[in-house]
Amino acid sequence: MIQAPDLPQWAALVTGILLLGGAIAALIGSIGLVRMRSFYDRVHPPTIGSSMGVVLIAAASIVCFSVLRARPSVHEVLIVVFVTLTTPVTFMLLGRAALYRDSAESDDRMPPSR
Amino acid sequence: MTVTALAWTITLAQVLLGIAMCCAAWRVAVGPRAQDRILGLDTLYVNAMLLLITFGIQTGRTLYFESALIVSLLGFVGTVACAKFLMRGEVIE
Repeated sequence: MIQAPDLPQWAALVTGILLLGGAIAALIGSIGLVRMRSFYDRVHPPTIGSSMGVVLIAAASIVCFSVLRARPSVHEVLIVVFVTLTTPVTFMLLGRAALYRDSAESDDRMPPSR
Repeated sequence: MTVTALAWTITLAQVLLGIAMCCAAWRVAVGPRAQDRILGLDTLYVNAMLLLITFGIQTGRTLYFESALIVSLLGFVGTVACAKFLMRGEVIE
């Protein structure tokens, strides 16, 4: 299970730092999902993972494969664009659904309105 | 030397992403309401997609990239369908 591509030293350093940064960002987002109190607080932390985590890990993949093949390899940009476009749509739909459900049951979990 | 260090770094990143997936799975299991579970599911699939890209870097194959793309696509459709179901009570009107 312990294996890695044979990269030159600078590329290995850049790939490792980007990869660890992305993984830590995703972990922080998921821990925030566990720790927050109400649903309306919980919507926010996962976006750390789906913005910064995706960008950093895709950048690590771009560096790794570009150096391995000795030509630019940018198809990971596709994943970044797709996730960046879809995450706000998803969470806005989910937030509106939660707001609708809470107001239909008229309970006190709703955020204070202005 | 460089290869060993990079290999351990990749493994560490995979372990961190696995812990992140466990946190999201805990939120799916505990709830307390349906929207919390859907939120946990969304985080779970994003973390799984990141883990697949990491596997792709580890093995040097592009096969994992394609599966990561499919996971992100189907995960988006699934979450939107679940949110729509919570809102309306049916998916296709």
